Amino acid sequence: MSEAVKFRFDVDGSDFSSAGAASVMVKKKLRQLGYPPEIIRKVSIAMYEGEINMVIHANGGTAEVEVYDDVIIITLSDTGPGIPDVALAMQEGYSTARENIRTLGFGAGMGLPNMKKYTDSMEIDTRIGEGTTITMKVYL
Amino acid sequence: MKTDYKHSVALSDNKCKGCTTCLKRCPTEAIRIRGGHAVINPARCIDCGECIKVCPYKAKKATHDDLSVLGKYKYKVALPAPSLYGQFDNLDNIGYIIRGLRDLGFDDVFEVACAAELVTAYTRYYIKREGLKKPIISSACPTITRMISMNYPSLCENIMPILPPVDIAAYLARKKVLEEHPDLTEDDIGIIFISPCPAKVSYVRNSFAGDRNYISATVSVRDVYFALLDVMDKRAGEPLDTTESGMIGIGWASTGGESSAILNERYLAADGIENCIRVLDQIDNSDFTNLDFIELNACSGGCVGGAMTVANPYIAQARLHSLKRYLPVSPNRPVGEWIPDAFFNEKGVEYNPYARLSADRHTAMRMMSDIEEITGCLPGIDCGSCGAPTCMAFAEDIVKNETNADECTVIMRELFHEYIEEKKTESILERLKPISRRSGEAEEESSS
Repeated sequence: MSEAVKFRFDVDGSDFSSAGAASVMVKKKLRQLGYPPEIIRKVSIAMYEGEINMVIHANGGTAEVEVYDDVIIITLSDTGPGIPDVALAMQEGYSTARENIRTLGFGAGMGLPNMKKYTDSMEIDTRIGEGTTITMKVYL
Repeated sequence: MKTDYKHSVALSDNKCKGCTTCLKRCPTEAIRIRGGHAVINPARCIDCGECIKVCPYKAKKATHDDLSVLGKYKYKVALPAPSLYGQFDNLDNIGYIIRGLRDLGFDDVFEVACAAELVTAYTRYYIKREGLKKPIISSACPTITRMISMNYPSLCENIMPILPPVDIAAYLARKKVLEEHPDLTEDDIGIIFISPCPAKVSYVRNSFAGDRNYISATVSVRDVYFALLDVMDKRAGEPLDTTESGMIGIGWASTGGESSAILNERYLAADGIENCIRVLDQIDNSDFTNLDFIELNACSGGCVGGAMTVANPYIAQARLHSLKRYLPVSPNRPVGEWIPDAFFNEKGVEYNPYARLSADRHTAMRMMSDIEEITGCLPGIDCGSCGAPTCMAFAEDIVKNETNADECTVIMRELFHEYIEEKKTESILERLKPISRRSGEAEEESSS
């Protein structure tokens, strides 16, 4: 594995309108690096969903992206409440988002399923009351 | 990469003061200040005309043909964009404009609004086709199309393949002239588009619609407006020509006109380049399955907000509302429920990876690491004094060898302070001391 380029973003938990900002930045960087459009799209959708999740459930967190020649690793970390039942959370349409969030068009229960769908691997490390770290990989 | 792109936004060096207004407002970071003047990077410019609109010194202008171009052709057809009709105060009938265009030397007038009604009808057929990638994005605003081709590779195929109204108007106008005047050759005919914006000028110049470019020249709504003012006044009270367009065609001049006309409530209409970018970012990130059609206009208000118009876009829109009130809804209808082949864009929209730092990914990655490291050393205040719009853009320019780190005024000020520190006060500060002591004593005296 050759030298990676690393990016780190703070995801502001208080602001819905800025959710997705990190994903837009990463998209720009990957275009500059000349990655193929399909790869850029996968990374950006997975990151966007992850960012939204961190804003809805965990009051924000950090997003780290490591870009290698043959793989892109996205690590999303938060100090939120944790996910009590990961298998349930992975089901399409399952959501614990509050009603006021749903009225904004979020919380459709597609976040985690989409993150899995658009990446080649996804690991969830979650501890109740401590936080969640999700590591996703997209291979070229 | 298309480097031979012909742009329509130009700069006059003697008027440009090298201020940072356009630099900060350019949505694609295409502008740098070099040698005290703004310089536009043609590979990045999308001809949106923002810099023309915001320049406090009027140093930027759109480069279009002027009205003398009429002299080049034996038979001239005017193609007025519907936004032209919104420029006039106290106008109650579009017929005055049609007549005025003839008085200016045009032999015929083919309203772009008429072709827009055909495009509306075709869009209604097209949107019902199976297997389309939704949402369909309007092809009418060339700035948006170019923006998508540069920054949104996965949305390129969402752009509607039907040509914009101006191309269809030009095609039909040319066909009509050749049928009515078989003695004329192609070169005798001048199909002259009256455009509200530089983006459409570039669109024509770069044959976006393929090799079938039916438009001969592009003049500005502004120039035509002033020329028309002279001739229209003299005709007051005389019998008029009549407009052949209806409410729908004229509605295309402002935001929402195109999308509301397709009679499908699952649409979105946005305007202003920054808003359009936000919408595109969001569509690009999520599956917008609940929308069928998206209309995006780079200019606020829609085409009436173009950089080559005269009137305030919202006033123009209000005038258009009253002008179209008594017109039929859509008098221009296609003959059948099929879309003629000639009305499809044969080229399609392709991703143009203009932003790539290097064709070699390893080189690009090394450059990106350097950019990140340099950005970390910069002040992050995005002041623009270095000539780049943001500190990060400045870091990119340094890595691309387009500028030097010492152009950063904040870094230079720090260096300067260090230098003074080294010099240990002796010269200037030593000389300042007795002066400040003197004035301090004077102050004490006056207060006592």
